[in-house]
Amino acid sequence: MDWGSILDNTLRGLIGEQFIFFGLAAIGLNLHFGYTGLLNFGQAVFMAAGAYGLAMMVATWDLSFWVGVVVGVVVFPVILALILGAPTLRLRADYLAIVTIAAAEIFRLIMRSPSLDQWTGSSDGLTAFANRFYEFSPFDPGQRYFFDLFIGNQMWVVLVGWVVLAVGVFICWLLVRSPWGRVVKAVREDEDAARSLGKNAYSYKMQALIFGGMFGAAGGMLRAIGTQSAQPDNFVTEITFFVWVALILGGAGTVLGPVLGAAILYAVLNFTDVLLRQAVRADYIPNSIMSGVQVGQVRFMMIGLALILLAAFRPQGILGSKEEMALDDR
Amino acid sequence: MTDESDTPAAAADRRADPDELADAVIRVPGVDPERARAALADVPREPGAPKPDPILVADGVVRRFGGLTAVDVGHVEIQRGVITALIGPNGAGKTTFFNLLTNFDHADQGTRSFDGRPIDNVPAHKIANHGMVRTFQLTKALSKMKVIDNMKLGATNQRGEMFWRSLLPFSWRNQELEIEARAEALLERFNMIHMRDQFAGTLSGGQRKLLEMARALMVEPQMVMLDEPMAGVNPALTQSLLQHVIGLRDQGMTVLFVEHDMDMVQEISDWVIVMAEGSIIAEGPPQSIGQNQAVVDAYLGGSHGAPLDLDREL
Amino acid sequence: MSPSRAFLAFVAAMFALLALGSPAGADLVAQEDADSSTIIRGTLRTAGEDGEDVFVEDVTIVVTDEAGVEVGLAVTDSEGNWIVELPGGGTYSVLLDDSTLPEGVPLRSPENNPLVVEVREGASRATLFPLGEATASAGNTIEAVQLFVDGLKLGLIIAMSAIGLSLIYGTTGLTNFAHGEMVTFGALIAFLFHVTGVFGITTSLIVAAIISVIVSAIAGGLFNALVWAPLRRRGASLIAALIVSIGFSILLRYLFLYQFGGRSQFYPDYQLQKKYDFGWFTLAPKDLFIILFSTGILVLVGLGLQKTRAGKAMRAVADNRDLAESSGINVEQVIRWVWIAGGALAGLGGVLFGLTEALSWEMGFRVLLLMFAGVTLGGLGSAYGALIGSIIVGIFIQMSTLVLPSDLKNVGALITLILILLVRPQGLLGRAERVG
Repeated sequence: MDWGSILDNTLRGLIGEQFIFFGLAAIGLNLHFGYTGLLNFGQAVFMAAGAYGLAMMVATWDLSFWVGVVVGVVVFPVILALILGAPTLRLRADYLAIVTIAAAEIFRLIMRSPSLDQWTGSSDGLTAFANRFYEFSPFDPGQRYFFDLFIGNQMWVVLVGWVVLAVGVFICWLLVRSPWGRVVKAVREDEDAARSLGKNAYSYKMQALIFGGMFGAAGGMLRAIGTQSAQPDNFVTEITFFVWVALILGGAGTVLGPVLGAAILYAVLNFTDVLLRQAVRADYIPNSIMSGVQVGQVRFMMIGLALILLAAFRPQGILGSKEEMALDDR
Repeated sequence: MTDESDTPAAAADRRADPDELADAVIRVPGVDPERARAALADVPREPGAPKPDPILVADGVVRRFGGLTAVDVGHVEIQRGVITALIGPNGAGKTTFFNLLTNFDHADQGTRSFDGRPIDNVPAHKIANHGMVRTFQLTKALSKMKVIDNMKLGATNQRGEMFWRSLLPFSWRNQELEIEARAEALLERFNMIHMRDQFAGTLSGGQRKLLEMARALMVEPQMVMLDEPMAGVNPALTQSLLQHVIGLRDQGMTVLFVEHDMDMVQEISDWVIVMAEGSIIAEGPPQSIGQNQAVVDAYLGGSHGAPLDLDREL
Repeated sequence: MSPSRAFLAFVAAMFALLALGSPAGADLVAQEDADSSTIIRGTLRTAGEDGEDVFVEDVTIVVTDEAGVEVGLAVTDSEGNWIVELPGGGTYSVLLDDSTLPEGVPLRSPENNPLVVEVREGASRATLFPLGEATASAGNTIEAVQLFVDGLKLGLIIAMSAIGLSLIYGTTGLTNFAHGEMVTFGALIAFLFHVTGVFGITTSLIVAAIISVIVSAIAGGLFNALVWAPLRRRGASLIAALIVSIGFSILLRYLFLYQFGGRSQFYPDYQLQKKYDFGWFTLAPKDLFIILFSTGILVLVGLGLQKTRAGKAMRAVADNRDLAESSGINVEQVIRWVWIAGGALAGLGGVLFGLTEALSWEMGFRVLLLMFAGVTLGGLGSAYGALIGSIIVGIFIQMSTLVLPSDLKNVGALITLILILLVRPQGLLGRAERVG
């Protein structure tokens, strides 16, 4: 067992790229679900929109990196939110859940379709669209930084990611303690009450869907930048539920919950992942029980199990208050 | 930096005595409750009777659920500045009619106007801005929000409710303070100031009713519509609730409320409208209603086949 | 004749029809992936009835350079992958040996074979040979009619699976996202008894299917007893329950992957059957069986809901839970039976799905989205709505291939779902609810 590598990977989960990508997506989902009560089961599609927004602008249409950033973080998520929200936000909460999870699958199928290969790269996706980003990097690609955890280019992604994450948390903090935040919380608690007091619940839900989606898109885009690739299978529907686990684990409806949740989730996932891999390689776990390929599937099972246990036994997460959670409208 | 909301009047509001401020919030200028009440004396005691100064008029309002006609109201006018009670047996369509008046439900036919302006195509959330607020039969206190936040939510035209403005706290901070002063004054008036920072979910049923009424007043409406304000309220609180309702009228507010309990209706209402099987069957001052044969029939089950499940809880 | 007798007779007749086809084994061998510098590669697949990929194995592909010299040859593996390592960048001609294609899977555009491609040095170039409509070879079929019939079959299977989803929603308010996995479960249990073997014993598909339906029913009952009933007792909110169901969906799906592997499999029985020719369309005996059998089952379910005490109780609870409870119906017991029946129907749907298409660990999830489309179209909570909606969705999916590329046909159905919500959110048979 190489405990050094296990520790490194755990730390990387705690503060590294995955934590940033999913932390951002979880901040967005927190605006959706934690504050506005929207059941978005398709945060993966917003992440994909951010990734493909950038990738297609640069790799397919040869536009500038900055155009790609704007399209990925603003244009695509806004259009997507309007398409998903317009038919569903007036209906029972599960309709949004159904439509968003379907949209995540639709998007993936479209991006995979060979008939659109010339624009999307079909199942291989698009690559090499973020060179401009790394041109700004002050770090030497050959060097290791931050306790040797990250090589130069990773360090640059992580540093930018930390800044974006901090800005995201700050914006979220401003939003939820403003009158705007008060209205969306009221919509979460009782939409009709909000409407009777003159608040356009539909419009607020749409705003929350849009801005939460933009956070998701930012997370997805950073992920695409970090790997220099946008592939449909990076955004399978299950990805959404990694975000959900991060959010509920940290505490939905708290400002720091999603970030804390993402950090802990990825520390735990990376820890078990490397531990199992090493155990399989060293034959501590016989191949008949678990093969190298199957290790990768364990993390999805853990996500499923975590969702079940959290929702059933600790819906308030780490930062939420149990008393508050128990106050349901009678 | 100065904020445009910081007018002398607003500044005075903040310094004002809570009681005066509460009065100022509730008061509807230009309405003389005494005169409004007196004017009812000449109104004919029949369904659809025209009023001297109607604030709300509904005409030919019909609502069907499938094959069932839940509401079919020919014509009704609500007098400004008085307390009107809407009564009727279970399943008479009172709550559905309420929903139709506030556009929480869409009528299949008919027109409604408020304060002379048609409101047929006004979405439910804009009704409040027209000066009409409703409460709900099943209280909709926002459980996971504090009492004070429940109150502040009621204020209209809040700058900080716009997404971009909300990110710039200095642009809404002054207005927020002013709203907070009003909210506290009203909480004071309703004897709830000690619960200011409690979650609304911890309140008792009666306190929630009070909170909901106070919150509605934050809109500064001309008319409040209360759906069974006394339902589930313990007797000790009922009296205080009634006094508050009378207090609203005395400041010029128009009150329309739905109620089952005839005693309650007798005690505070100035005018009574009786519904049965979706239609209005009688109107008149409370004293006259007890003797009305149609009403007695309706209450004693003289009318058959009333659609029983329509008055489902909200 | 009592209803249960009639049912047994019906089932027996159906299985007799199914037995007309002759079983044939499917042998699947995995190959290791290669990785290299300059390569040309591709994946041969054809679309199954549900738009999912069915990979085509053992097809030979020959790559020649500009001079006509053969530089490589590849045979597709069980996942349809082929890969040829190239000496360097340049223009190559890729020829698919169509004599190695399985019967009924022609090239969609034979004029594009061989295919001439440019490959950059160091690049990994993906090449595509679209494979086409297996039905195109039939003589005088009319494509639209053929697609309609195929769609009807798909819709009936979706409907069978979706009735449980709809009834569970109606009686408990829960949108069960794990319902797709109940479909996969049924399909895999049948596979377990039919192919893998239990204690070394394998059975015919028919026996395996019956066992699977029973096991699925028990699993549905246990799922309710161990998870949902305790959650209801604790007064968990519907949203918490929804998230729990999503958790189970993911957990079960990846347990299936862990146990079953990522490859698509087939039931060896009834795999290759000669199609009956009905003039405008053709049908394999197993497909005819599926259509008649599932129609029969659905009619029985409908009659059961309409006529039997249990069925009436289910509808009463779905209509108004409190009223049903106060009039003496044991709501928890009704819910238990809804889960048991829903589990059995989902399991049966899974077996039938596996019979027409490939089995895979994620088949249920794809079906789930189609069930949602069907149930939403029909109106959430209405069993008859689920039935009609699902059939329309099935037909729509198949017929949409007249205009859409077949890999996007499910996309069309899901987009339609969104459009339906815009126009008629309560669905075709749903009622408008009182607002406020």
